[in-house]
Amino acid sequence: MKKRLRTLLLAIWIIPVLLFIYLPVAWLVISSISTRAELLSTPIHWIPQHPTFQNYLNIFAPGQGTSEVAKTFRITLWNSLVVASSVTLIALTLGSLASYALIRLRFPFRQSMLIGILGTRMIPEISLVIPLYLFATRFGLFNSPLILIITYLSFALPFAIWLMAAFFNTIPVELEDAARIDGCNRLETLFRIIMPISAPGLVSTGLFVFLTAWDEFFFALILTSTVSAKTVPVAIAEFTGRYVVDVGGMMTGGVLAAIPPVVLSLIFQRYIVSGLTAGAVKG
Amino acid sequence: MQSCMKQKFTLTQQDALLGFGLILPSLLVILGISLQPILSTLYLSVFESSRGINAEQTFVGLGNYTSLLSDPVFWVTIGRTLYFTLVSVGLELVLGLAIAQLIHSHPPGWQFLRTSLIIPWAVPTIVNGTMWRWIYNADYGALNGLFLQLGLIDKYIPWLTKPDVAMNLVIVADIWHSVPFIALILQAALATLPVDLEEAAAVDGANALQRFFLIRLPLLRPAILVALVIRTVEAFRVFDIIYVITNGGPAFGTVTISYLTYLETFSFGNVGRGAALSFLISIFTLIMAFVYIRILYRPEDSQ
Repeated sequence: MKKRLRTLLLAIWIIPVLLFIYLPVAWLVISSISTRAELLSTPIHWIPQHPTFQNYLNIFAPGQGTSEVAKTFRITLWNSLVVASSVTLIALTLGSLASYALIRLRFPFRQSMLIGILGTRMIPEISLVIPLYLFATRFGLFNSPLILIITYLSFALPFAIWLMAAFFNTIPVELEDAARIDGCNRLETLFRIIMPISAPGLVSTGLFVFLTAWDEFFFALILTSTVSAKTVPVAIAEFTGRYVVDVGGMMTGGVLAAIPPVVLSLIFQRYIVSGLTAGAVKG
Repeated sequence: MQSCMKQKFTLTQQDALLGFGLILPSLLVILGISLQPILSTLYLSVFESSRGINAEQTFVGLGNYTSLLSDPVFWVTIGRTLYFTLVSVGLELVLGLAIAQLIHSHPPGWQFLRTSLIIPWAVPTIVNGTMWRWIYNADYGALNGLFLQLGLIDKYIPWLTKPDVAMNLVIVADIWHSVPFIALILQAALATLPVDLEEAAAVDGANALQRFFLIRLPLLRPAILVALVIRTVEAFRVFDIIYVITNGGPAFGTVTISYLTYLETFSFGNVGRGAALSFLISIFTLIMAFVYIRILYRPEDSQ
């Protein structure tokens, strides 16, 4: 009886936490479907009386009166998708090979290389951006998705190596020994035995890298300036610029930018929690 | 075993060769886009070039560093950055631990709560910032609307016009985004803790508070430390959320060390000074990273 009362009391605590999580998100979504008049009304209209999808139409089917930022938003969504997917693919390929070597093969400087690579993950973007900016302008890469893919690898690759290393550590060595005894060489063992059973690790690493790249703002802010390479975070930050603040458009951009990472994370929930644990908690 | 020695030696060599081959592409990328740039930044930081990024440079040695370290603005900014870091990470840890505990005690709805935590964590930082900026809006914001209806205020308040209030509101937005991260890590760690220890302590007469502080908390220490260090490093170089919510304002009142570096380099054109600043941030971060790796990476239990 006492125990039931205790869990009931605990359950009450869930409510404020859920409110803190969902109220801001709800307001983001509501603002995106409210008319300008309702957004700028006092007292505040919590529930829009005339919900409209005009802001979404402005982005996906721009007409005469739509703002420049809204018109180009669709292109920035595409840029973000291209950049984040390319970074994920490259980081996953190079990173999983490197971390396998670092965890399973014996060679000189292995330990110091592992620590060095983990160390570069900690270098802040701001310490890299000036030379990368000069590099970009010198080689005509300024304002191209390619420079973002290259620069994003500076955090994505060490991150992928780190996460995959934590994952490879959990695979029993005996499994490989068995394959080697059966006559597989190292590479065959890697591709036929290790990679297939590492699928969960690859999925969670890929997911984390994709989310980080999708989230990235600073490099994109410095290294891109026109719609040909601009990513979603930069486009959203720009809604606030200029003279008129298009709140509805800004919130719609926010909803659209949040949908891919939120949906992916919810679908692959299991991998997120295990990835956080592998990357962070595992010693 | 003995007869295999000769072959084993060549196998070791093969392994080493393969190892280098597998790691080489990653190594080249890291050398090119992390190591080379950070060294260039160090190089740039001993020159003075105050007229933009491509301007002429004069060698000033450690001049940029000494002028920074004797500049009160630098120290005020460091202080502000430390305030942001300590308050946000501190609160995030306390709240994260509380939510992890809540989930761990499995009240009705705990699974829904755990799933819900993923949402703020997954929302991009810029979206998070934009959303809160709109909530804090002086004329039409939801915070004003809510507080007025609850009777907490009698007229709308321009929240972001006072530096200290603005900073604390940025911290609230940061908490919304980062508490879930800590809560998810800690609840996963809690799930792996042995229950028998606490049961034994309960039998011996330890109360719930004693069990929490004397048994559970020490066992959680590794997970807490890791979450703390990751968040501390992130918080110390906070930029995105400040850029979107306050733009460093009002009156430069929310300028943190990364934001100052951005302003020096890209707004004022003091590239040398900016490089020196960013190198100082790197040094701090690398010290943190070193501590981090010492805590995280223990070769003896990796096999």
